[in-house]
Amino acid sequence: MRAQDEAAIVACIPSLRRYARGLVPDAARADDLVQDTLERAWGRFSLWQRRGEIRAWMFGIMHNHFIDGVRARRSRPEDSAGDDLPEVAQRATQADRIEVHDLDRVLQRLPPDQREILLLVAVEQMSYLEAAAAVGVPVGTVMSRLSRARERLRYELQGHAAPEAMPLRRIK
Amino acid sequence: MDSPHLHPVTGGSDGVPPVTEADLHAYVDGLLRTDRRAAIEAFLELHPDERRKVADWQAQNDALKTMLDPVLAEPLPQRLLLLQPANTWPWRSMAAGVVIAVLSAGSSWWVRGTVDDNAQRMANAASRIELAAGDAKTLRGFAHRAAVAHAVYSPDMRRPVEVGAEQEQALVTWLTKRMGTSVRPPDLRSVGYALIGGRLLPGDKGPVAQFMFDGTKGERLTLYVTREDAGRETAFRFGQDGPVNVFYWVDKDFGYAISAGADRQALLKVAEAVYKQLEPR
Repeated sequence: MRAQDEAAIVACIPSLRRYARGLVPDAARADDLVQDTLERAWGRFSLWQRRGEIRAWMFGIMHNHFIDGVRARRSRPEDSAGDDLPEVAQRATQADRIEVHDLDRVLQRLPPDQREILLLVAVEQMSYLEAAAAVGVPVGTVMSRLSRARERLRYELQGHAAPEAMPLRRIK
Repeated sequence: MDSPHLHPVTGGSDGVPPVTEADLHAYVDGLLRTDRRAAIEAFLELHPDERRKVADWQAQNDALKTMLDPVLAEPLPQRLLLLQPANTWPWRSMAAGVVIAVLSAGSSWWVRGTVDDNAQRMANAASRIELAAGDAKTLRGFAHRAAVAHAVYSPDMRRPVEVGAEQEQALVTWLTKRMGTSVRPPDLRSVGYALIGGRLLPGDKGPVAQFMFDGTKGERLTLYVTREDAGRETAFRFGQDGPVNVFYWVDKDFGYAISAGADRQALLKVAEAVYKQLEPR
């Protein structure tokens, strides 16, 4: 392995940790996800063959581990409910301020595939094509997930503009 | 980028492409060309509902970054650094329980020969820099570790160092204590680099120090100092590791590696400045 490839992998670790911290609710689990990703990356490095950027490759590996974890948890009934239940808006509209606590809670309530895309675009600042490559879906799917994620966040954080697909359960 | 989910939010006319929801997302994410950006801004002026939506999305982006960016500044957990395969990974041996070298206190880093000696040596060194080819394989040992450390820490805008230059005395005290010998950063302002601070890193067998400097255009340079190759003096060497250029040498008790994106001439100037400060104090 070339030293600069090693360095490129190591240099991805901070952003992989940031991404993982958004994907899963607690820091230890996030680092577990990063650890799984790195183990796979070091183990599979010989197969990488410079088909693309190391960063995109690493995020792709993390996507696979994350989705595997989501599927495993879905098979446990206690965690499977709630994914699609919109949160009741508890506060009055505050369009100018988003509380971190609320944001984290609402982010974790997004369907995992929407959460991934939103984080890749908004936080990792990938282009839509890069995000599509990392997650392995067409760009059109990226756009529709992004759209749903953003509208759902708006709805849950600020209590307005419910997306069409979502039942309205706002309580005043 | 069109998808069945995205309906145009306005009809196209006069040959101007209609504004789609995809455009609004790309606007928020800064992914539009300048001319298209201007068209979207004009559109938003006339459509308050869309404007509010776009503002909310932007606020979401900002809030998500504010929430998650601090993770970048956290020190990396050791368990993540210990995964790299053997023989390429300098820190692995530490985990294996190798006793950290206890460095003899009292010997000064900067113990050096006379100034004349230095000048002579510098001149010799400059004339016979061993130019390592672009192949990264030529960077071995501490020079390689220095390049990796540079690549990892220097792009970090928020927290590139553990102790900042504003606490230089604390930095010196701390590094001296941890390295077991007098350690202090050189003053590189004469060659255009200001101290940002420093950190302690695991080397091959024990602690090493990394000092980071900021150039006039924000370019970063690191000086890596280790005692691990003490006694194995080498010529001045220059090597590359991807975009990182490294100038390194071993001089009596210490190995030094200067890493930066700057070219060989610029690094040589810095090396001279470092070298000149290695005089008895």
